[in-house]
Amino acid sequence: MGKLISKVPEGPLAQKWTRYKSSVKLVNPANKKKVEIIVVGTGLSGASAASSLGELGYSVKNFCYQDSPRRAHSVAAQGGINAAKNYQNDGDSVYRLFYDMIKGGDYRAREANVYRAAEVSNQVIDHFTALGVPFARDYGGTLDTRSFGGVQVSRTFYAKGQTGQQCLLGCYSSLNRQIKKGNVKMFPRREMLDLVVIDGRARGIITRNLITGEIERHGAHAVVLATGGYGTIYYLSTLAVNSNASAAWKAHKKGAFFANPSFVQIHPTSVPQLNEFQSKLTLMSESLRNDGRIWVSKTRGDKRPANDVPEDERDYYLERRYPTFGNLVPRDVASRAAKERCDAGYGVGETGLAVNLDFRDAINKQGKKAIENKYGNLFDMYKTITGIDSYEEPMRIYPAGHYTMGGLWVDYELMTTIPGLYAIGESNFSDHGANRLGASSLMQAAGDGYFVLPNTISNYLADQISVAKIATDKPEFADAEKAAMERISKLMSIKGKQTASSFHKRLGRIMWDYVGMSRNEAGLKKALELIGELKDEFWKDLNIPGNADDLNMELEKAGRVADYFDLAQLLITDALNRKESCGAHFREEYQTPDGEALRNDEEYAYVAAWEYTGEGKPHILHKEELKFEEVEMKVRSYK
Amino acid sequence: MNKILFSSLSKKFVMALAGLFLLLFLPLHLVINLMLLKSDPVPFNRAAHFMATFPVIKIIEIVLLFTILVHITWGIFLQIQNWLARPIGYAGGNKSETSFFSRFMIWTGASVLTFLVLHFFNFYFIKLGFVPGNPEDFYSVAHRLFKIPAYNYIYLICFALLGLHLFHAFSSAFQTLGLNHRKWTPVVNVVAWIYAIAIPAGFAFISLTLWLFR
Amino acid sequence: MNLTLKIWRQKNAGAKGNFATYRMEDVSPKMSFLEMLDALNKKLVEEDKDPVAFDHDCREGICGSCGMYINGHPHGPVPAVTTCLLSMRYFSDGDTICVEPWRAKPFPVIKDLIVDRSAFDKIQIAGGYISVNAGAAPEANSIPAQKKNSDTAFDSSICIGCGACVAACKNASAMLFVSAKISQFALLPQGRIEAKDRVRAMVEMMDELGFGNCSNTGACEAECPKEIKLTNIARLNREYYKAY
Repeated sequence: MGKLISKVPEGPLAQKWTRYKSSVKLVNPANKKKVEIIVVGTGLSGASAASSLGELGYSVKNFCYQDSPRRAHSVAAQGGINAAKNYQNDGDSVYRLFYDMIKGGDYRAREANVYRAAEVSNQVIDHFTALGVPFARDYGGTLDTRSFGGVQVSRTFYAKGQTGQQCLLGCYSSLNRQIKKGNVKMFPRREMLDLVVIDGRARGIITRNLITGEIERHGAHAVVLATGGYGTIYYLSTLAVNSNASAAWKAHKKGAFFANPSFVQIHPTSVPQLNEFQSKLTLMSESLRNDGRIWVSKTRGDKRPANDVPEDERDYYLERRYPTFGNLVPRDVASRAAKERCDAGYGVGETGLAVNLDFRDAINKQGKKAIENKYGNLFDMYKTITGIDSYEEPMRIYPAGHYTMGGLWVDYELMTTIPGLYAIGESNFSDHGANRLGASSLMQAAGDGYFVLPNTISNYLADQISVAKIATDKPEFADAEKAAMERISKLMSIKGKQTASSFHKRLGRIMWDYVGMSRNEAGLKKALELIGELKDEFWKDLNIPGNADDLNMELEKAGRVADYFDLAQLLITDALNRKESCGAHFREEYQTPDGEALRNDEEYAYVAAWEYTGEGKPHILHKEELKFEEVEMKVRSYK
Repeated sequence: MNKILFSSLSKKFVMALAGLFLLLFLPLHLVINLMLLKSDPVPFNRAAHFMATFPVIKIIEIVLLFTILVHITWGIFLQIQNWLARPIGYAGGNKSETSFFSRFMIWTGASVLTFLVLHFFNFYFIKLGFVPGNPEDFYSVAHRLFKIPAYNYIYLICFALLGLHLFHAFSSAFQTLGLNHRKWTPVVNVVAWIYAIAIPAGFAFISLTLWLFR
Repeated sequence: MNLTLKIWRQKNAGAKGNFATYRMEDVSPKMSFLEMLDALNKKLVEEDKDPVAFDHDCREGICGSCGMYINGHPHGPVPAVTTCLLSMRYFSDGDTICVEPWRAKPFPVIKDLIVDRSAFDKIQIAGGYISVNAGAAPEANSIPAQKKNSDTAFDSSICIGCGACVAACKNASAMLFVSAKISQFALLPQGRIEAKDRVRAMVEMMDELGFGNCSNTGACEAECPKEIKLTNIARLNREYYKAY
């Protein structure tokens, strides 16, 4: 218990961040150049952190596995980015945004962090606008907003269905400016293989150059992980196929606690699986639910084409179950409801694993042109993938693994349990509780990188200015490098028959079937058993052709899958431990008679932070009690 | 300064300006040539004499020669750079949809250059005194040349190729100069088509008439 | 359906490459092109052969990682899609498909179908930004922008940096790529302030890297998976001479 000190500042919630900033220790500008910081990842949080730390004058080294920082998967976020600007005069405020996030997260997030995320959201929008992000505008030249699932105000800024791309390119541009100035040095096509901890502090990383296979040592006074989530643990997900949890997992093994790993968001609207070789599921923005109506036939196993099902034989199940929010219920609720219908045999399409998302009524009411303006690119994308014209017949959608609320445990300063190691963006756990509301991931990631971390990191670095440049010839670097090399040779020497992807696919299947949208004790235990067997098989029958000292994508994949086996086991352990249903974590044993989630605030109003104790040894659970000073814990109802 | 003058955009800019200037010269030349159709040699020879002696025209002539030189050298230089930018080509070919004639500019240009050399030997160098002949009677020189079938073949082929060059050149120059407009660019394109057909057709008409009907 | 693949194989940047031929059987028309290659690679790995290396990541057409020259077209013969979204339904049983890496001097081959596109980053680093530090931005609505211009800026800004324009251009010119970024900023009031320095720096870097010259053939526009328009190049030309 004693190990989790959240460092939440004293004082009223609304003043905590201001007070913190006024009293935090600073680093003298003259000393900043001497302080080196490693940032791993170039998504919205990584690129924004690297650039703003560069702007402050620190010497930053930024790493990514892609060929260019512009390709990080933030690029794929579609719908928008929230801010409490209240431009619509519809009663929005920092408090309301904070409240929506706390409620949307089913009261499993840390109040002070969430409030701060809401607070800096306005600065994020200002900054992106100044960087030239072409957000949608109204005719008068001011910024436009739209509303998004799970809230009743219009606070989502957007750039058609490509908001993530535009925001990421904004961050990429500010990163480029710092690279030009020499404040940031960029290391693309590098994969972090281990964290180097010296005297209990994060002091560097070991990377593999993905082109040459060279193992490299990089030292720094502090290390920032901005490595995203672990949604690809399900194999098929809305994430980029190369997204992985290995960097975070390596940090976890070196002492960073992993918090709430079982909180995984399954997004309700993705294109269903089309073939067995499919490598990913493409997201269809949640914004589609603003105008699309979700339905299935009232007849079980109805194989008629959607347009042939008469109106009175259609079951608009979200509108039926949740009359107040209807199709706009939060993601976890919408996903579970879709799964419920499909499991009961009402699913549509060849596989029965899909529901209709119908724009007929919206087109009739607003005209095709209006719908085209709002969602044209999404309709085009859907047609490109499926060949189906959604102006004429309903889209078919199905839930898919999307975002991981869980991640490395961090305190108010975004520092993990390893001093000098920070985790920002999706890679930490702090802001979204048990379920993330739409359009808040871009907001949090950019907020962390541009406005939170640059302020909190100085509190740590102020004491580090006397520490000389971290030399990479220390034994800790040599040990970490040796361990990384040994693992590579171990993987290379299995010389079995199967590909890393085929193991990944089977792991994903187990995770989806037993640890997906709804979970129960028997299933979770079964999954643990199956994963244990699969892991053994992996270490006996994997094959990686080629060499380690060359570009070898099979080796990259194998390392990531190997870590996923371990993370999957922890994820399930966490899911087993949490004997309640909250947010995206739905335990079938804990539900109300009408099938809604049943939270247990008495026993589970805590963050489950897991400590790694060694290969094959059980994790130790540390609990951070969640105290809500401003809000009262209520049953989350969208009825 | 060198960076500005010799940047890829500046070179293209100069190419476009030079090209447009040459486009102005062609109709003038065509009008004078049309006088060849008359049976009376005086108007043509008088026009030719005026062009050869009037001081202002003399200055324009120097500018014109310089422009041709720049257009040719820059064209060749840019093309070499373009070839160097792709040292290894595609085995599967390049099937991208493009404005068709844009692919052959260097070749259509080269054929126009070949004709130009011939043309200089036949007329311009006589005027300059490099080649023997009577500069005061280009009318007869022209009529004589157009009686030679081989000359007509070369003439017609070169003007056809000039037409192909112009098809792309005209609107391309406007694009390079950044002069595009939602409303006016389509108009420019139509004018370009008319120009690219009309000018070579005019020259061809003279050649065919003198060859076959006189 | 059954297909014959002719794929460029090259061990590393220094090695001499050549085409290898592979037979693919039972390809589903519902697969994407990359999923078809995944299937090929699975087979190769199971035979302990080196799989075909290619860049790919998001597989939804937005990250710009993937890019192959397929049957004479960057990203294949279907307009407005990236290789990852190219559906196999556009191919027919018995087809022979020729797959090559992007070819351009500034994009050297790293391995098989992977090329080094860091030249694009270098151009962006040269000037593809607005100089504003975090914290220095004014209130967002204090910089109003004409909706028309802002929408046009968006249309330019959706470039994914895949390099198809360079691959398609017979001159390997990067003008469409550069012009898209120049246009985005040129059309927004906040981008005007540094417009001159930006265009000079980016064009200078583009030239230095050895890209070819634009000859307005329009191949880039025809092949751009995001349908970036040639009007951007005209705007770049304008912005360039306005800068002097």
